[in-house]
Formats: sequence, C-alpha cells, structure tokens
Amino acid sequence: MTSTTPGAGATAARPGKAPAQRVREHIVEIVSDSGEGAQKAGQTYGAVSAKMGNGVWTVEIIPAEIKPPARSRAGASGIRVRVGSEKVTNTGDQADLVVALNEQVLYGRIEQKAYKPGTIVLLESKWAKDPREEVRRDYAAALVEFRALGLDVREVALEEACQQVAQDVRVGKNMFVLGMLCHITCRDLDRAMEEVAFVFAKKGPAVIARNQDLVRAGHAFGEQVLEQRYEIPPREITRRMMVLNGNQAIALGVMAAGIEMVAMYPITPATSVSHHLASAFRGVGGVVHQAEDEIAAIGFAIGASYAGKTACTVTSGPGLALKTEFLGLAVMAEVPLVFVLVQRGGPSTGLPTKVEQGDLLAALYGQPGDTPKIVIAPATIEECLHFVVTARKLAEAFRMPVMLLTDANLATGVQPIPRPEVAADWLAPPLDQSPWQQGVTAYDWDLDTGLSPRPVPGQKGGEYVLTGLAHTKNAKVAYDPDSNQTGCAMRSRKLAVFGESLRPPQVHGDAEGDLLVVGWGSTLGSIEEAVDRARAEGQRVSALHLRFLSPLEPGLAEIFARFRRVVTVEINYSDAPGAPHVTKDNRRIAQLAQLLRTHTLMDIDCWSNVAGQPIQPGAIHAEISRRLQALRGES
Amino acid sequence: MFGLKDDWELEVPERYFTLEDYEGGTARWCPGCGDLAVLTAVQRICRDEQLPPEKTVCVSGIGCSSRFPHYMKTYGFHGLHGRALPVACGVKSRRPDLTVWVATGDGDCCSIGAGHWVHAIRYNMDMVVMLFDNAIYGLTKNQTSPTSPQGLHTNTHPRGAWLPPLNPTAATLGFANVSFVAQTVDWNPAHLYATLVRAYEHKGLSFVRILQRCPTYTSQVFAEMQKDPSQLLLLTGGDNPELDAATARTFPNQQAHDSRDLAAARRVAEQHEPLPIGVLYRDPERPRYEDFTTVGLGMSDADKLVGLERELDKFSV
Ligand SMILES: Cc1ncc(C[n+]2csc(CCOP(=O)(O)OP(=O)(O)O)c2C)c(N)n1
Ligand SMILES: [Mg+2]
Repeated sequence: MTSTTPGAGATAARPGKAPAQRVREHIVEIVSDSGEGAQKAGQTYGAVSAKMGNGVWTVEIIPAEIKPPARSRAGASGIRVRVGSEKVTNTGDQADLVVALNEQVLYGRIEQKAYKPGTIVLLESKWAKDPREEVRRDYAAALVEFRALGLDVREVALEEACQQVAQDVRVGKNMFVLGMLCHITCRDLDRAMEEVAFVFAKKGPAVIARNQDLVRAGHAFGEQVLEQRYEIPPREITRRMMVLNGNQAIALGVMAAGIEMVAMYPITPATSVSHHLASAFRGVGGVVHQAEDEIAAIGFAIGASYAGKTACTVTSGPGLALKTEFLGLAVMAEVPLVFVLVQRGGPSTGLPTKVEQGDLLAALYGQPGDTPKIVIAPATIEECLHFVVTARKLAEAFRMPVMLLTDANLATGVQPIPRPEVAADWLAPPLDQSPWQQGVTAYDWDLDTGLSPRPVPGQKGGEYVLTGLAHTKNAKVAYDPDSNQTGCAMRSRKLAVFGESLRPPQVHGDAEGDLLVVGWGSTLGSIEEAVDRARAEGQRVSALHLRFLSPLEPGLAEIFARFRRVVTVEINYSDAPGAPHVTKDNRRIAQLAQLLRTHTLMDIDCWSNVAGQPIQPGAIHAEISRRLQALRGES
Repeated sequence: MFGLKDDWELEVPERYFTLEDYEGGTARWCPGCGDLAVLTAVQRICRDEQLPPEKTVCVSGIGCSSRFPHYMKTYGFHGLHGRALPVACGVKSRRPDLTVWVATGDGDCCSIGAGHWVHAIRYNMDMVVMLFDNAIYGLTKNQTSPTSPQGLHTNTHPRGAWLPPLNPTAATLGFANVSFVAQTVDWNPAHLYATLVRAYEHKGLSFVRILQRCPTYTSQVFAEMQKDPSQLLLLTGGDNPELDAATARTFPNQQAHDSRDLAAARRVAEQHEPLPIGVLYRDPERPRYEDFTTVGLGMSDADKLVGLERELDKFSV
C-alpha cells in the first residue's frame, strides 16, 4: 500500500495498526533546504489543528540567508508546530517528531537543542542512493551520529513515494508530508482538504485538486511509515478564533486603531508588518509609506502626526538607532506617534532573524537628554493587536510617542487567538479643524499633570511653530534655565500621571513564596509553563510579567518583598556569574533586572542568554529548580 | 433677516489677510542676511495669494535659514538638521489641503539631508522647497559646506576648501521625477518674488535654489555677482516669470530658455559664468506621491469597520 490513485483517495482516516496514543501535546518539525515548502506545509498543519480546536503555536525556522546552499548545516529552513489539548503559549521544549528532507539540516537544529533522545526523525532516504559519493558518505555518517544521540531515526523513501502522484516532487513534496503528518497525528483530513483549498484559492481549481491529491496520498502513505499514531484531543471551540502571527496582529491592530499611515523601511523581522498592511490597508483607507531610510520613515510619520493623523513607524534594532534623533524630537515637541519595535539579536546587524529582548534600555534611554515616553510590551500575539489600539490612544492623550516592543518570537509565532470585537471607538477620532480656543497656548501645560491640548494645522488661531529647541508653553524658543526645567518637568509629569492609572500586575501563582520569576514580552508562555511545572512539583515559585516598562506598573516593590528571591528571565545579555573577571560588583546584568533594581532598590537577579532562540520552558524549569535547591542549601 | 431670500447664503465675514497676518515676530538674523529678503518675498506671496495662515505650514531643518518658520505667523515645524523634507512630505501625505513651504540650508539639504533631497524630488509632492544657499554653515559658525567654493577659507578648512563645490541645481536636475527647478538670488527682490510665485503655482515639488548672502562668513562669495549683474544670465520665456521692464533692463545678459527641455536645462545648470537665474525646468505632468498617499482619505468609520471585519475574516477559523 504505497499510494492511492490520484483523485480517488478515501477521505476517512484508515484505522492504524495500533490504536492512537492519546497525548496532551505534540511537537512536530519539518526541516529542509529553503524553498521546499516546509513552512507552507507546517502552517497548513497548524491551521488545521487550530480549526479542530487544538491549542497551537507555530514558529518558522528561518536561515539567515535567502538561499543557503542545499544540504548545508546552518541552512535549515522549516517550521515547528506545537499542538496541544489546551492553549499553547510558546514553542515548547524538544520536538517529538521531525520530518527531515535531508540529514544535513538536522545538525543545526540539534545544536539548537531542538531534539531529545527518543525524538522520532522521519528522514528522507534517497541520499543513501545519491550518485555523489560524498553525499552517500555524509548521509551514512549522520545516521550513525544521530542514532548515537538517541534520536529514533526512521529512513523513509519520501520522494520515491511522492513521485507516484506528484508532477514535480520539488514543489509537491510538502503537501505529501502534510498528509503524512495528518495521518500520524490524527488530523481531520476533511479539514485539511478545506485548508488546502483555501491556501491555493488564488491558484485555481486544478492546483487545488493536485495538492489535495498529494495530501491524500501522503495520508495513505503515513500508515506504513510509522506504526504509532498520536491523538491530541481538541477542545470544543466556543469563541470565534483567528490564526495569525504577531506581525499580522500588529498590522490588524494598526487598522483597528484607525491609524492611516505607516512609514517604514524594510528590516527583518519587522518588515512583514508592512507586507500585511500593503495588501490590506487600502481596505480601511490607510497607506504604507516605504521611505528612503529609517530616519525619513519616522520623520514622515511625525510629519503626518503633526498634521493631525497619528502615524505609526515600524522597525527593528538598527532602525531604532537611526530613528533616535527623531524619537527625541517627538518627545520634546510632544508629537503623538506609535513606534513599533520588533526586536532581533544585536548589537549592530547582529542576528537579523533571531529573537532577542536586547533593546529595552535603548528604547527607554537610548536618546540623548531626558526622553520620557510610554513603552509597552505585548506578551502574546493577541496583545500585539490590542496594544496598538491602546498605543494610539495613549499617544494622543498624553501627546507623546508610545513604543511597543515585540520580538522575532512574537513576530513569527502563529497561534489561534479570540477574534476581537472591534468597536467604532477604537478608531481615531475625526480630524479636529474647529477654530482654536483663544488664549490657549500651543503647550498650555496643566502644571499639575503636564497635559495640554494640541493644535493641528487647519485650526484657525492655533498657529504655532513646533520646535525641537527648548521652548515655553507658547512654543517660543527659550534658553533660560526655568523654561527648560519646566518643559522637562511637564513632559516627565505625564508619565507619572499615566502611571497612576495603572494597577499592580497580577502574580501568576501564589502571592508569596521562595522565588519570583519576572519577565516581559514574548517569554510569558514559557515562563508560566515552567513555573506551573515547578509548582506542580510543590515548589514555592510564582511568575510576574510586566506589560508596561515606562512607566512601570505600581506595587512592584511590595510584590517582590513577599518572595525570598526575585529573578528576571530575559533574552538579552548578562555576564555569567563566576565568569573570569566578573565579580558581584562589576557583573553586567540583564536589562529588565537593571531597570527593576533602580526602581525598587532591591537585589534582583537575572538569568538570561542571547542564543537567538526562544527560551524553552524546560530550560527555565531547570533553572528554577537549581535556584530553589541552592536556596534550600542556604537555609 | 426674517424673510427667506432665494439667493440666501451663509454669511461668512470676509477674511482679508495683510502682510501682518504672516509676520511672526522680529527675525533675528544678522543685519544684511539674505534670509530676510526670502522671508519678505514669501510673506508677500502668502498675502497676494491670500493663503489662510492656518492652512499654511512652513517646515525647516536646522541652521540659520531654518529659523524661517519662527518668523512666519503660520503653522510651522522647525525640526532636525537635514530632515525637513521627510517631515514636509509626511505633513502633505494625508493633508493635501495644506500649503507647504520648506526652508533648508546648503548643509541641511545637500550634506546631512542629501538622501532625503534625492527622494523628495522623486516623490514630487506639492510644496515649495527653498534652498538657502549661502555656501557655508552659518549657524555653527563658518564651516565648509558642500557648496562652498574651492579654496574658501573656513574654520574647518583654514587653508581653503579642498574640493570643488557641488552644484545643487544641476544635481537636482539629475534626480528622477524632477518637476520644477529654479535658481534666483536674494538681492534681486523682483526676480526672487516672481520666481517663488512660479514655484508656488507649480503643482509638484518646486525646488528653488536661492543664492543667499551671508554677511558674516561669505560676504565675498556673492559680492562681485551682486555688484555686477553681467555675472548673471536672466532666463526668459517658457515658464519664466515676466519681469517688469525696469527690472529686466538691469540684466545685461538674457537668454530665451525652453524650460520644458530637460537636456537644455541641464546644460544651462552647468553654466557658472554668467550664472543662469530663472526657471530652468518644469514638467507639470510628473506623477505626484500624494496621489498615492491620499488614497482612502476621508473614508467613513462605518466603511473602515466593514473593511476591518473583512480583514479579520481572512484570519478567522
Ligand atoms: C545631527 C546634527 N548635526 C549637526 C548639527 C549642527 N548644525 C546645526 S546647523 C548646521 C549647519 C547649518 O548650515 P546650513 O544648513 O548651510 O544652514 P545655514 O546656517 O547656513 O543657514 C550644523 C552642522 C545639528 N544641529 N544636528
Ligand atoms: Mg548654509
């Protein structure tokens, strides 16, 4: 039973030899050279699972180069899909099952600790018969190596099987693999068919049919590949859900916020926000401006904002560096602006496609002079959408730039989220062109709050000259000591006022204990999963996740005081304790930890790395255990 | 008052703007600074065209000349060194109803902001860009600018500027989608005014290089030219302003010029002695970026919400 006749495949899953094993969650990866369609297969697999009611987290495995040479160790391109019975909030630990289209790309993933002993690897076997001797040799060597590592490698003649149904295996193999995975993990084949039809809708019925045949054939083939099947029981879907990644969520957030202008310059991993907008923005009356560079992008956005249309600019670390001067101007001249920063590895060009949370302090303090601004960090894909809506409102209410920090992990992670119920008041208010009130100055600061109404060009009587120079409440350039002191105080006061409206963050777990793990941004899912595991083992550990970085949410010192130790978990650099020359006094610590120390005057430790990978819950769990053990040793 | 008149219309008090409506306080440039002449010319144009001050925005970078918006009683944006053009384009992007004037210096435009210069020309958004070319960094006190003549003694090149200067007019004529390039001098108010009117009237980005005297640092650079009008070549015909006979008579050198001929414009722009003044080039047909950036402007909230639901549908399962 190697294939079905094209077009005649049965849609019902055949009963496997053994009953499917029920699992709470299951992680698969498809890895290949780039251009083999692994990502499309994985995304479709994720969408099918989400539609079935499973929790899903999908993350692409992206090589840094567009077209790395075939069969190269660092060239792994592909996708990881974690499917669970419950909501899935992160990419998880090691994969359970891997489909690899060649053996070389597995090396890179092994280095990244993506697999464990027992991980099943379905490896394309055609390389054993490759005409090139070195290929055959490499393949054979890899088999030995992988098995020595404990990987459960199964050689599979994927291409050969696929050839019987595909016109062109290069482009068809991915759908064949999708079908195979659907069989192995008991995915609903009808839904898979629907999804394939959706994915290829633009390409026409012939292409849809061809791909559906491939999926069916792969599904049938799956039966003989593995004796074992897995079932990940879904939950009933009670709400309308959407499946999307963080950048798509930001793009939708921009539209839902009523923002009409996004000015950007392409930079990974932020660019795809503009891709989604470029195709969809018109439908809500908005435009993307691809500027000549990042400086121009933010300048353009500020120009639009100044003229009454609060705009958004989207970038990543190197772009932030270039936008620095304008960001300072927006603070100084009190121009509302939504500034989305999708962080990647740094410094410099760093790790363009990889995750890092290394720009927190640059966002907060990276501009010359004092530049108070609101900085918020969504922790989930759902929050990526909602925070943009909030950001626009805050920017206008507080007349300042609002920075929204996400990272490559959120940007490319795909997850089902509840579909938002958009209300009309999410959209920007209409442009106010009524005459400006006589006697009100351009910066008519309320001396208590620092807040002031903002004249917009077109408002008669509101004419003023915005300037980045120190200025009075009349917008007049002023170099005297009092004016600058007042201006700085007014701009800073707004943060204090906004901070008053925030509530203390919720502790995940007990409100007191031995250890509190504090995080921000995309690490939420991993941290809470790790903490939950440790708590299930009886450990006295809780988690706290911060969404507001400037101003910080209130009550942090009180929360921290109820724990014996507080540690941040972050994806940015800190010196390893005990590294040569590193002492308790000179150790450079992670960024949130620095911020929290200054803020609370408490001894806050950090655990961080810059491996360019999302931190796995298992690794955090291990660190929690290690710290708690050390603590027990102390007492 | 109580009967309905068939020619009833809303009684709008007639607004008439005088020069004073555009005068925003005493300019603090050095006595004899050419910037003043430009300011006066722009204020006159605003008055003559009766531009509502609230609908007029002056955008600038940083430099002596970039103080310009402060001396106008319109809306203004005195931003960052070199970055006037992106801001001005952003203002215009969703507010085509605003009249935009840009004041930029030779350092501002041709050095630190050179990248934006190339691209703003290409965007061709409807605005007047005035390059205040005094061949020096004025505000920061006498450093070489890209337009400083070779050999000019400055604080950064005390033995004389090393390289030949950049020609902003010729350079602009080399940028894609250029639609209007003119050259004038601050010391001939009639030509300055008439040229800026032409620039204002052109729909698209009008780039006007204004040779501007800096009495403090480069008084000698334009002194000869100012004294001896034969060092200038008055371009006539085509899109060139009609000067009154008295003014025209002061130019011994005149040349009929076809401002629709890009190759001719480039040739003329390369000429230095005598230096051509007038409209070198104009093409009213070039695409304007705001025709793209204003798409969807004024869409109702109801329509936006429909559009948004449609987008959400695409991701829904
Ligand atoms: C980023 C930055 N770099 C440098 C400066 C200092 N700076 C201010 S104006 C200027 C040059 C001004 O020359 P120009 O643009 O020709 O204007 P002018 O004063 O001659 O009118 C410089 C270098 C600055 N303000 N910002
Ligand atoms: Mg200058």
